[in-house]
Amino acid sequence: MKSITRQKPFDEVKEHLSSFDRPFIVGCGTCTTMTRTGGLEQVVEMKDRLQGLNKRVSGWTVIPTACDEMAETAMKENRRALDDANCILAMTCALGVYRLGSYINHPVIPALDTLFIGVEDSPGHFHEVCMQCGQCILGETAGICPMTACHKGLVNGPCGGTNNGKCEVDKEKDCAWTLIYQRLKDQGRLELMRRYQPPRNFQAVPRPRIIKV
Amino acid sequence: MATSFKEALSTNKFIITSEVAPPKGTNLEKMLHHIDLLKDKVDGINVTDHQSSVMRFPSIGGCLSIKERGGEPILQMTCRDRNRLALQAELLLAYTRGIRNVLCLTGDAVPVGDHKEAKGVFDLDSTQLLKAVHLMESGKDLGGSNLEGSVEFCAGAIVTPEARPLDPQLIKFEKKVEAGAQFFQTQAIYDLDNFGKFMEYARKFHVKILAGIVLLSSARMAKYMTENVPGIFVPQNLIDELAAAPKGGALAKGIEIAGRMIAGLKKNAICDGVHIMAIGKEEVVPDILAAAGI
Ligand code: SF4
Ligand code: SF4
Repeated sequence: MKSITRQKPFDEVKEHLSSFDRPFIVGCGTCTTMTRTGGLEQVVEMKDRLQGLNKRVSGWTVIPTACDEMAETAMKENRRALDDANCILAMTCALGVYRLGSYINHPVIPALDTLFIGVEDSPGHFHEVCMQCGQCILGETAGICPMTACHKGLVNGPCGGTNNGKCEVDKEKDCAWTLIYQRLKDQGRLELMRRYQPPRNFQAVPRPRIIKV
Repeated sequence: MATSFKEALSTNKFIITSEVAPPKGTNLEKMLHHIDLLKDKVDGINVTDHQSSVMRFPSIGGCLSIKERGGEPILQMTCRDRNRLALQAELLLAYTRGIRNVLCLTGDAVPVGDHKEAKGVFDLDSTQLLKAVHLMESGKDLGGSNLEGSVEFCAGAIVTPEARPLDPQLIKFEKKVEAGAQFFQTQAIYDLDNFGKFMEYARKFHVKILAGIVLLSSARMAKYMTENVPGIFVPQNLIDELAAAPKGGALAKGIEIAGRMIAGLKKNAICDGVHIMAIGKEEVVPDILAAAGI
C-alpha cells in the first residue's frame, strides 16, 4: 500500500508560501520517494528553487516514514532549524502533513496533492485498487473493485458507455466491468454478476471515520 | 393523447416514442414547439435529463409542459445528479403531477459534460432505481418507511444491442428485466441483421423493445458517431449513401434512411416499436414518420 502523490504546480506552492520567508522542508523516505515527488532529490530541488525566490530555507530533512512516530523524532532532531523557521513545507502525502502538524506548532504547507492509495503495477505505474468503502464486495467481483475501478462506482454491471472494453471517460482506461466479466467468466462464476446488488451503504463507517481496534 | 403509454404498450400496436431536449436557459419556446409537433403523433415523449452531462432545464420541467399540452411524457431519470433521497422525492412529485412513465438510467459520466469538476453522485444505479420505483409502488421507500400515498409508474430502461463486448451488457439487461423494467429503448441501431439477432434473444423476455433510431444528418455525423459514440456503428453502405446525396440533400437522405428502417422494423415485426432521436432536428420527426408510412 502506497500513498500516491503529485507535486502541486510550483506557482501554487509559491502562493501558499507568500507570507512565509523561512520554510523548513520535509520529504518522506517511503511513498513520496517512490513516486519521486518528495524524496531526497526533489527536496533538494525544492530548496534550490525556494532559495532562488530569496526564501531563507532554515533546513530540510527526509523522514524515513513521515506518517508515523518517526516524524516526531525528526522534529526533535531538527529543533534548532525548526525554531528558526516560520513554516514547514511538506513534500509528504497528506498523512505526513497531518502528522507533522500534530508535533509542531508551525503552519504545515503541503507541496503535494495526495491522489489515492494505490499499488505499483510496473515501475512508475500506480493504480488505485480500493477506496476503503467499508463494505467489501471483492469476493463477488473477482477481486476487481467496481467502486474504485469503475468511474461511476457501479455495482450491478457495466453502463452503456463501455467502448471496446474501455471506459467512456477515457479511452486509455479499461472498463472495470469488462475486466470483472472476463475474470468471473474465466473462473466459471458469472452467476455472481447476475446477482442483484442492492444500494450500497455509504455510511458503513460515517465520516469522520474513526475506529478502535 | 387518448391512450396512455402504458395502455399502448399493452396492445400489439407498433409503438412510437421520440424525445425532446430542454433548453439551456429559461426560453422554452423551441422545446414547446417540438412538444406540440410530436404530442399527437407519438405514444410518448422522453425528456432528456442533462443529456451528455450538460446542465439544462430539468427533465421533470419538460414533462410537466408535455402534460399541460396534452401529451404523454416519459421522464428520463439519471442517477448522476441525485442521491436516493432526491430521486425518490422527484418520483413522488412526478406522480402527483400525472407523470406515469419513467426511464431509469445510470447517466453519462460527469467529465463528458460541461461541468467537468462536479461531483458525480451515482448513489444508485439504473437497476437499483428500477427496484426503487417498484418498492415505492408497494408503498415503501428505500429507508424502509411507509409512504403516505404510493406511486405507480410504467418503468423502462435502455440497452445497447451493439455494445462491445456485448455479453456483459446482456447480463445487465436481464438484471433490469428482473428489476421490473417493462420497456426498453435501445441505443441507436443501424444494422438490422445484428439487431434481428439481438431481438431473437430479447424476445425471450416479457418486455417491450423499442429500437433506437437516431437521425443521420450527414455522412460526417455518421462517421463521427461510429468513431466516438460507444455502441453506435453506422454501416459503411449507409455512410456512402449519405455521402452520395446531392449537395444540401444529406438531411433528406437521413430522413429517408430513418423512415426506411422504421418501415422495415414494423413490416417484419422485428421489435415492438421505435424510439426516434432527432438530436436537435426534432422538427423533422413528422417527416421521418411520413417516410416510414406512419
Ligand atoms: S469494495 Fe472496493 S472500495 Fe470497498 S473495501 Fe472492497 S476493494 Fe475497497
Ligand atoms: S465504461 Fe465501464 S468503468 Fe466506465 S463508467 Fe461505464 S461501467 Fe464503469
